Amino acid sequence: MEMFLGYVKAFAIGGLVCMIAQILINKTKMTSARILVMFLLLGVFLEVIDVFKYIENFAGAGITIPITGFGSTIVKGAKEGAKIGFFEAITYGFRNMAGGLTAAVFFGFFFALIFKSHSKKA
Amino acid sequence: MEDKQYMEYVHANAQKSNHLVTLVWAFIVGGIICCIGQGFGDLFKFALPNWEKSKIAALVSMTMIFLGSFLTGIGVYDKLGAKAGGGSIVPITGFANSVVSPAMEFNKEGIVLGMMAKMFVVAGPIIVAGTVSSVASGIIYYIVGLFQ
Repeated sequence: MEMFLGYVKAFAIGGLVCMIAQILINKTKMTSARILVMFLLLGVFLEVIDVFKYIENFAGAGITIPITGFGSTIVKGAKEGAKIGFFEAITYGFRNMAGGLTAAVFFGFFFALIFKSHSKKA
Repeated sequence: MEDKQYMEYVHANAQKSNHLVTLVWAFIVGGIICCIGQGFGDLFKFALPNWEKSKIAALVSMTMIFLGSFLTGIGVYDKLGAKAGGGSIVPITGFANSVVSPAMEFNKEGIVLGMMAKMFVVAGPIIVAGTVSSVASGIIYYIVGLFQ
């Protein structure tokens, strides 16, 4: 039951985050790059002011699966690295990006090789 | 004149309802994608009990990125995106889509300057923003740490 409730919360908060993005798209005609950067920075901000963990405890994947989660892991890495030394402070954030970036770039390359473009724009 | 006013009224209402429809779509699709992520999180926690939390989280992101890339490859994600808007852009699968979609689109312009370069049309700003905030927050935490 508790697990089920976790999914309901993830759905609600995740949906809410996406709905806010949609409102911005409708009202300002922002492109997806701007939206993604904005929400990444929102995640960074929420982590820096130490609020992210409370939202994460409540919503789980509802806040970590949107790109806000990516921003938060970056700051988490920086925070962790800063305890060790200066070099770690400035590099551990990127280290936490490594998994996602590797996956995105590798699968991007791989699938672009395999599949032909579906868009009829060209 | 009245016709024109009526048309304006209809048009304004149609836009309003379109706006609401896109919000509902974004909410539902975004919520479902997050639930799928939650599902992978629970699955990996169960399957890999020795892994620390941050590694599980990274693995979930990578799995979602794989799914996003694959669905973009077979052309499903962009169709979904046309309806879902923000619901398909903001989740990490949307990040994957923003990498794969231009990579596929520009593949015909060559592997190096087409695919590999254009892959970062949308992802580039994200990587730059992420790296800058990583270094900035790292320096801040380091300096704060010196005084503690």
